[in-house]
Amino acid sequence: MIEVIGLTKRYGGKTAVDDLSFTVRPGHVTGFLGPNGAGKTTTLRVILGLDAPTSGAATVGGVPFRSHSRGLHHVGALLDAQQVHGGRSAAAHLSALARSNGIGRRRVGEVLAEVGLTDAAHRRVGGFSLGMKQRLGIAAALLGDPPVLMFDEPINGMDPEGVRWVRHLFRRLAAQGRTVFLSSHLMTEMEHTADHLVVIGQGRLIAAEPLRTFADRGTRQQVTVRTPQAAAFTAALTAAGAAVDAAPDHLAVRGLSAERVGALAFANAVELHELTTRTTSLEEAFMEITAGHADHLAGSR
Amino acid sequence: MTTSLHPAPPVPARTRAAAPRARFTDLVAAEWIKLWSLRSTPWTLGLATLFVLGAAALAAKADYDNFPFYEPETQRDHMFSLSDAFPQEGYLTLMIVAVSLGALSVVSEYGSGLIRTTTAAVPARGATVLAKAVVTAGVWTATGIVIAFGSFAVSQAILAGRDAAVSLSDPVSIRAVAASALLAPVCALIGLCLGVLIRHAATTMVTGIFLLLMLPTMFSSDKRWSAELSNLMPGVAWNRLTTGWMPPPRPDYFPATITESWLVLAAWPLLLLIPALLTIRRRDV
Repeated sequence: MIEVIGLTKRYGGKTAVDDLSFTVRPGHVTGFLGPNGAGKTTTLRVILGLDAPTSGAATVGGVPFRSHSRGLHHVGALLDAQQVHGGRSAAAHLSALARSNGIGRRRVGEVLAEVGLTDAAHRRVGGFSLGMKQRLGIAAALLGDPPVLMFDEPINGMDPEGVRWVRHLFRRLAAQGRTVFLSSHLMTEMEHTADHLVVIGQGRLIAAEPLRTFADRGTRQQVTVRTPQAAAFTAALTAAGAAVDAAPDHLAVRGLSAERVGALAFANAVELHELTTRTTSLEEAFMEITAGHADHLAGSR
Repeated sequence: MTTSLHPAPPVPARTRAAAPRARFTDLVAAEWIKLWSLRSTPWTLGLATLFVLGAAALAAKADYDNFPFYEPETQRDHMFSLSDAFPQEGYLTLMIVAVSLGALSVVSEYGSGLIRTTTAAVPARGATVLAKAVVTAGVWTATGIVIAFGSFAVSQAILAGRDAAVSLSDPVSIRAVAASALLAPVCALIGLCLGVLIRHAATTMVTGIFLLLMLPTMFSSDKRWSAELSNLMPGVAWNRLTTGWMPPPRPDYFPATITESWLVLAAWPLLLLIPALLTIRRRDV
């Protein structure tokens, strides 16, 4: 379990994380979402004790992570797959990490097999693709068989097969009762992996809830109508209490169900070419809810 | 690259083995693996050794060739024998290599970002720095011993041909070999501590080389305060310890004592470790 309580982190004058509180529970894959620059990596670094909070606290399993003298048995973390020494082999990199925590060499072979890098174990990491480095980082996180795992943008650079493998791995780790916390700026990624979401923007909490709840919250159900009598029907829909956006070839209707829109068309003798209910995708829900929280909105200046 | 998709047998989270006890020796072993898993390490140590031995051989060869033209008094005293064993060009280069490699053990981790992985694996940051210091000191002391004995042996073997070699049983020879063996680990530890304090690779190297090689040349030997500051430099202390012959006392000459020179060599790494250990605890990684 990860607990973040009233966490604020300022670098100089810039506030990266602002009074952030949330809990990540074991047994689930929890997605940590936010636009670029929202403060996700900063939060993960504070949880890992790499950066000291300006105020507030973060605990793992009830204690600050820095209170452990060795970390791999408590939290496995992958912050940035590029943060390896290119001159070492994958096996040497993992052996040094394992040894620092009193973990035997056999475990190095096990995690290399787990991530599918056995054949590349003795190649220098500098020649690895980003996807292979992500696998190496995941192997390092698994070394200590920890109850809590954190990954920052783990999908970056992976091929489709790798993405499928990693989703499967995350779900399996959560099913074993572990706490799995993944950050991403891509909502679509979470749709297939996470059960719970923590969403932040500009360092502040936007939502912390099950993925389904979040998706529904963002969903303003919308009915798409195509009709040759757009102007007349718009008036009828508005009179019935709907909000109507007129697009060149269709009307986007909110506030009325498809049944009510159909009944209104029938009652007003309006000819319909299309009547569709659109459920907003998770991506749209995310965009809608985080709008105004993005640090660098395109065309904002 | 192939990947297994078959699920491993589920491991209940509650019944996992307890974490093994945190031992400092494991950290030392981890740093040892890190150092020797880089191809550059044996190359650098090997080439530095060959360079210093070569410099000593050349210095001895020059005196061997010129020996017939020396004054009888110079031939009898052969004061040049000990300085041929520990030539400036060889040992100043060794200082540069040692300070750089010592610094690299830290700054390469900051440069690549590996330091974050290291720190997440071992939140006890001071222990990691101490483990790096133990490995650095050990490897460079071993290398320093090989180099010091080697350059002494090579140079004296050549000078023996003119019957101008000094014996290792001479107390001054022993002192000079010991000081020369310690010069490399002292410089490597200075580099390591500067690396922790500065973190940036190029800045650390420039600072280390300036401190060890350039700064000592800026003092004058005939002003007391300046000479005494100069005596605090590791290179100057090493020079004093490898010199057998001292000019008679003069009012405008302020050499360090032998004891002071040993203390200077010991104090640099030990005193720099304190701010290094204090800052690494406090600073964000």
